[in-house]
Formats: sequence, C-alpha cells, structure tokens
Amino acid sequence: MKSDTYIAAMNVISPLGFTSEENFGQLKQMKTGVLVHDDPQLYFEPVCAALIDSDRLRSEFKKLNTDISYTRLEQLMILSIESVIKQNPKIDVKSERTLLVISTTKGNIDLLEPANLKKFDKDRKMIWKTADMIATHFKNPNTPLVVSNACISGVLAIILGKRMLDSSQYDSIIVSGVDILTNFVVSGFESFKAVSKEVCKPYDASRDGISLGEGCGTMVLTNDKSLLNDDSVIVVKGGSSSNDANHISGPSRTGDGLLLAISNTLEEAGIPASEIDYISGHGTATLFNDEMESLAMADAHLSDVPLNSLKSYFGHTLGAAGIIESIMAIHSMKENTLIGTYNYKEPGVTKPLNVITKTTSAEIVNCLKTAAGFGGCNAAVLFQKQ
Amino acid sequence: MSDMNYITSYCKIESGKVVLNNEEVFRGGENVAEADFMKSVYKHFKTDYPKFYKMDNLCKLAFIASELLLKTNNITEKYNRDRIAIVISNSASSLDIDTEHQSTISDKDNFFPSPAVFVYTLPNILIGEIAIRNSIKGENSLFIFENFNPEFMENYHNILLNLKTTDACISGYVDFYEHKYKAFLYTVEKTPGVLAIEHTTENLNQLFNK
Repeated sequence: MKSDTYIAAMNVISPLGFTSEENFGQLKQMKTGVLVHDDPQLYFEPVCAALIDSDRLRSEFKKLNTDISYTRLEQLMILSIESVIKQNPKIDVKSERTLLVISTTKGNIDLLEPANLKKFDKDRKMIWKTADMIATHFKNPNTPLVVSNACISGVLAIILGKRMLDSSQYDSIIVSGVDILTNFVVSGFESFKAVSKEVCKPYDASRDGISLGEGCGTMVLTNDKSLLNDDSVIVVKGGSSSNDANHISGPSRTGDGLLLAISNTLEEAGIPASEIDYISGHGTATLFNDEMESLAMADAHLSDVPLNSLKSYFGHTLGAAGIIESIMAIHSMKENTLIGTYNYKEPGVTKPLNVITKTTSAEIVNCLKTAAGFGGCNAAVLFQKQ
Repeated sequence: MSDMNYITSYCKIESGKVVLNNEEVFRGGENVAEADFMKSVYKHFKTDYPKFYKMDNLCKLAFIASELLLKTNNITEKYNRDRIAIVISNSASSLDIDTEHQSTISDKDNFFPSPAVFVYTLPNILIGEIAIRNSIKGENSLFIFENFNPEFMENYHNILLNLKTTDACISGYVDFYEHKYKAFLYTVEKTPGVLAIEHTTENLNQLFNK
C-alpha cells in the first residue's frame, strides 16, 4: 500500500536569496534576479542573466568551516542541503535510509576551463564525482542517484524521489538540483540565437528568447508524516515524464508529449483537470516552447487555470529549475498567493492561457508543475495541500 | 511487491565487437578509431538513417546499439509506443562533446560555438535520438553513476514496470569518453520472451561483464 509523499523541508539559493522564504518574499514583490551582466568571463558582450553574488556565496560558505576545497557548484549544493537539515533536524542525513537524488545538467562545467581544473582532480569534471563529494561531505552512506535529463531534470528528480520512497527502501529523500552559469552555457545558447537581450518575457506576444540563470534548490521528501515539523502539509500526488519523439532541440509542434506527461500525472494523482487551481509552467519565453505549452494546456483542458512562469525571475536554471520553481509553487500553496509573471504584458500564444500578471490571493489546493527540455523530454508533477 | 521482469533481448558494443543476444555479430579491424568503427557497424548492418552522421559519438553509439537491439525483438509493434520507457545511465555524461564545444570558445580570437555541437552537450539527447527514430514517447530518464549500477536498475524497473503508464522498457548503459566506449542496451518486459533472462542484479552483472 503506497502512502503519501510529504515535503519535509525546502531551500532555494538564487540571486534573490539564500533561503526559500527570502526568495518567495522577492517574488511577492515581483523583484527579478535577472540583470544585465557585462563580464567578459561570462560572454564577450553584455548578457541578461540571473547570477548568484559570489561574495555572498563565499561568506556563507566560509561559515561552514570546512577544510576541503569545493567547486562553486558543490558549495551551492552543500549550503542548500545544510539549510534543509538545519530546518528539519528530524531528517537524518547520515542514515542508510536517506538517499540523495541530485539533478544537474552540467555539473562542474567550469572545470573544462584549464585554469579552473588546475585547482582540482581531473575526476571532478565527472558528475558522479561531484555527487560522491556531496554524499561524503554529509556522511551519507548511499550512492546518490544522479539525474541529468536536460531541463526536466529537476521535476524528474522529484518524481524519482517519490518513486524511491514508494519502494519502501528509504525513509527520506533529499532532492537537490543545481547548475551554474558559465561561458560554456551562455555561448551555446547564444549560438542557437535563443537568448533575449532583455529580461525574458514568458508567454508574451513580444517574447524573443530565454534568460539564463544559476541556482540550487533542495527539498526533502518523506512518506513518514512524523518527520514533518510544519503544520501545512504538502503532498506529491503523482508525476510522469514523456518524450515528444519529434526533434532533439525543438519542442513538439502539437504539444502531444507534454499532454501525455500531464495526463499520466493527473491519472496517477486521481485528480481531474477541473480541480487544478494553479499551474507553474515551464515558460522559457522562446517562441516555440511557450506556444507548445499553450497547445498542451488546451488539450488537457487546463487553459483557464491560473498559470505563471518564474523564468523571468530566476532565469532558466536548467537542472535546478524544476526544483526551484516547485518550491516557489509550494510557497504559493502555503500562503495562498499567486505570483505574477514578471515582464508578461500581452497574450502571445495561439491557445489562450490564463497568465497571472500580479501577486494575487487565491485558495490553492492542487498545483501542477510542468517542464520540457532538449531531447524532446517533458515532465509534470502534482502537489496537493492537505 | 512486484512480479519478475525479464531481459528479452540485448546488444553490447565494446572493444570493436558487437554482441547481440549472446552471439557475436560483428568485429571491427584491429586499432580502428572509434568513430570509424561505429561507421563500419552502421554500414555493415545497412542502416539507412542520414541523421546518424550529424550525431555526436555518444549518440552514434547509442543509436547503432538501439537499431540492432530493436531489430531482434518486436517491442515497438507489440506495445503502444506511448507506454515504452527509455532508461539509460552512463558515467562521463556528455563530456566527449562538451570538450569539443569548450574548444570552440576557449580562444577569444577564434570563437566559433556551433548549435550543431552544443545541442549534444546533454547526455539525454541520446534518449531523444532513440525516441525519435522509433516514435517512442514513454517515460525517459538519464542517470549518471560511476559504473553501471545493476542493483539500481533492477529496483527501478520493478517500480517503473509496476506503474500504470509503462509496459516495457529500453534500458542500459552507454558511455563514450577519451577513446573508451561501451554500450549495453537491453529490453525489459513483464513476460520472458525468447531470451527469458530474469532482470536481476546478478544476471545484469553477468551480461554486462562477460
């Protein structure tokens, strides 16, 4: 018999803050973390992106007093996991009944630059090695489960966390997603001509590309209700992934892949589309992605449900996006507060969407989070407030 | 909790050799470069899929293994393709092509990043290529472990094939980095099929290493 999967602690590190509360506070005021950065290390011309303040990261990490040298990405994840453990002391990170699920698309990608690799072993370019460093830091005895599935990695990691709990092998799962922004990623997306010159405009008529970002999000999942230390109970009701089987770098023209992930999620959760109160969309602000989402939402009978994209606040944080955005959605559920989509002005997709424009009060019981990514992958997960 | 699942076919490519369901079906010449070896496998089996030539090494390797694998069974006919999952792991992620993309951006005076390279700098693109070729739309996950992890594969397939959404799975390990490569792809079903190998840690270890 499957029991419910609860969320036992959360943390987000982004340019908007180092705790999930701090981040959500900024969203409520519709403050974006995406700024113009004129840094030749990042790109040869100014680029609009959400970057974490390195001085703050350094000073926060110093407080941990560790002798081992960690990369920027590892520091983010260690700080984020430290934060959830502090938040909920009932979570025993050292237990063999606790598993780390790590989501990242690029890991220590900055180490491909020879100057950076000098400071570390060659192995550190390997994502499994990063995972191993994190597990060792926290004295967790299990081999972490690492997911690297493009931009659905974060949502997929939450789904996998739930599935691993349902297999009864673990008491709690620490799901952590991270990616850093470097010249590697910026130059790649720029070569696709996919990056907007301004803060991105999800679902808007004049949207013209993504904003990139970096960050880390961590949530603890458990099927043991006694491990919760919070009165408001949020449950992961179901989740699913799919593939468009259409194109490796372009979304489906029909939205059928995302529709499949949504339908399977609603079916697993046992919740009809009519009971969804809020959708945290993917909303990258590329022409094709947002259009595809509108088609999938229409076919799923979800067009009228209030929806936002947080990409214009955090940028696209790749492997962290699904987790950071889910955590913000959970804050929305707990506070019954919908966040407006920063920079959205005019409808710009074929099938109308009910895009949230400003911070609004609304009772939220069921929330659907969706994601889509390169490789034609899609994912959806459903959170419920009990 | 779960009934037994079965490995119903497998394909293994390493060290210039191709093994299909316990039988060596192709051997490349000695000291053949990896890229040339993969091309020779592609040609030997008369594969006709021009997109192959655009793929990076990791996807080429996954692609030829999946082509040979899916020829030996009928899973894409037998099951609704929305209900076939693809679950693959590797060790080096996409570092082979990552290194190539890095080489196009390291020199400020010779800066030429290309979308045709960059698109492959995600390991799950190999799942996308298999999905596109075969119109497979089910669950997909790309995992990274230092080594092939049969315990996890056994456990996760027990979970996955018990979901209402999934009937069969294309699974395995595909890795390509620093001139070393290995592909081990197999199909998992709830019925024994011709091979009738139980999908257990022990059997996976044996097939992977033998």
